[in-house]
Amino acid sequence: MKRKLTNKKREALAGYTFIMVWIIGFLLLNLFPLFASFYYSFNDIIIDGEKGLIATFSGFKNYIDAFTSDPIFLTALGNYLLDVAIYLPLIIIISMIIAMLLNQKIKGRGFFRAVFFLPVIISSGPVIDKLISQSGDNTSSLTSSAMVENIKNILPAFLSGPIELILEKMIIILWFSGVQIVLFLAGLQKIDREVYEAAEIDGASPWESFWKITLPALRPIILVSSIYTIVMLSTFANNEALKIIRGNMFTTGYGYSSALAWIYFILVALVLGLIALLIAQPWKNRFEKEDKRYVKH
Amino acid sequence: MSNIKREKALGKARRFILGVRFTDGLIFKLIIYLLLISIGFVFVYPLLHMVSYSFQSLEDLLNPQIGYVPSRLYLGSYREAFRTLNYFKTFGTTLLVTLLPALLQTIVASFIGYGFARFEFKGKKLFMALLIATYIIPPQVTMIPRYVMYTEMGLINNLLSVLLPASLGQGLYSAIFVLIFYQFYKMIPKVLDEAAQIDGASRAYIYFRIAVPLSKPSFITVFLFSFVWYWNETYFASLFMGGGKYDTLLLKLLNFNSAYEKVFGDDNLINEGTTMSATLLIILPLLIVYFILQKQFIEGIDKAGITGE
Repeated sequence: MKRKLTNKKREALAGYTFIMVWIIGFLLLNLFPLFASFYYSFNDIIIDGEKGLIATFSGFKNYIDAFTSDPIFLTALGNYLLDVAIYLPLIIIISMIIAMLLNQKIKGRGFFRAVFFLPVIISSGPVIDKLISQSGDNTSSLTSSAMVENIKNILPAFLSGPIELILEKMIIILWFSGVQIVLFLAGLQKIDREVYEAAEIDGASPWESFWKITLPALRPIILVSSIYTIVMLSTFANNEALKIIRGNMFTTGYGYSSALAWIYFILVALVLGLIALLIAQPWKNRFEKEDKRYVKH
Repeated sequence: MSNIKREKALGKARRFILGVRFTDGLIFKLIIYLLLISIGFVFVYPLLHMVSYSFQSLEDLLNPQIGYVPSRLYLGSYREAFRTLNYFKTFGTTLLVTLLPALLQTIVASFIGYGFARFEFKGKKLFMALLIATYIIPPQVTMIPRYVMYTEMGLINNLLSVLLPASLGQGLYSAIFVLIFYQFYKMIPKVLDEAAQIDGASRAYIYFRIAVPLSKPSFITVFLFSFVWYWNETYFASLFMGGGKYDTLLLKLLNFNSAYEKVFGDDNLINEGTTMSATLLIILPLLIVYFILQKQFIEGIDKAGITGE
């Protein structure tokens, strides 16, 4: 008995030894800075050559300033939200469709997969900037094509506007989908083919199989891909809000830019929470209900 | 008789083209290939555009009749891009500030992932939750105090400002890498450890002699992604190491226009060809690595994706 206890303790000790580096790093480079920037955000910070940082408490001033007298930052936040609202569903749907195409019995799957994954390797802030903005004549020709003109003429403005925006950003949407495509493909390949065969024998159409088998099985992947997509969009170097936060460090000071960082952080957390709730919750309930219905029969 | 035969053949052909349930017919296949090829084309379109423009002279670029095929192979853009980027020297710097943190991060992530996967201890769930939190929290929140800290420690414009977080498991996307290792080490049966322990092996011995050799594929994946992501990182690099001493290729691309003016003077206007050549030169090393090792990249994500829960 005693021996077992010491074994347990020993195991715990070994575990702590292995993750010790991480604990130190977390305390030093994440937890402490988190508190510090929270503290900064409620202060006016002046940098003194000799004494270092001088902080004077200013209450919510930085936060109020951000919302009342910083239209550039607010616009950037709005654009960030708009980007998430446009990109996230499209990236998820498109990468799911591409993964399903790749999951068919086709030749050259590896090749196509490699092509679709390529942007993950090369897309960085400056490269996207140079590539997408310079091949802008492509997107403009895409948006000025006859098809889009027709769409603009036929549809009311509130519909044609978003469609135009989506076509404009199509390349970026595709370029941001590489990891998600691979995740979905891995998820699809984990589904047992026999389930589809059984459904087929019972007379289910491919359409029904998709809604009843594929989609529920992919639920965890949809969640992971969504979180990945949001984090990627929120930390991408071209994000205007991030540039403003960094820019403010050396103009309005550490206090104000800390407040901006915290506002941004809370916004990202809200978006993540909302998406996690949307994807995880209603599905779960619906399927539990359906399960019960089947039990009754 | 021949009628029946003909009908049979017709049926066969029909089945071949449309399939029994459509999804196994020829038309369906053709549609799939058509879709994949056209989507693939949109994917590589920006790259093709870049390659084409990088070989066009100014006259070609301005000539509306010349679309994507240059009238002659023009290398002037590459010459200009090479000079502006100071390519070979910058390439060396980039390798230094990319390979070192990637290497450190990989080793440390394996260590941490092993600790989480193989041992039971108090607070493990909490630590893992915090680990995931470090992935979700935008690094901008911790950036300013880190900057203050590094300034006090004299780490600004110092290679250590990248190496320190990497070696403490708090580098670029460290949490993902720890989770990849965690996922892998979880799969090694514990019996293996117990057997080795009975034989008198120490924990360190087990880690280095059993776990590390088994996890070679994970090491490769993590290192590759770490390398690529450090290569592509500009936001923090420009803040912590933007003093000029550690200008990476991508930092040069970020300020390419002003760098060009410095080299060629204000009155020489930069053209699209030069920008495209520079971009191509900068992603070329990544393209080569990807071309050789694309299986490792993709399969790594494949396996890590199962992290699902």
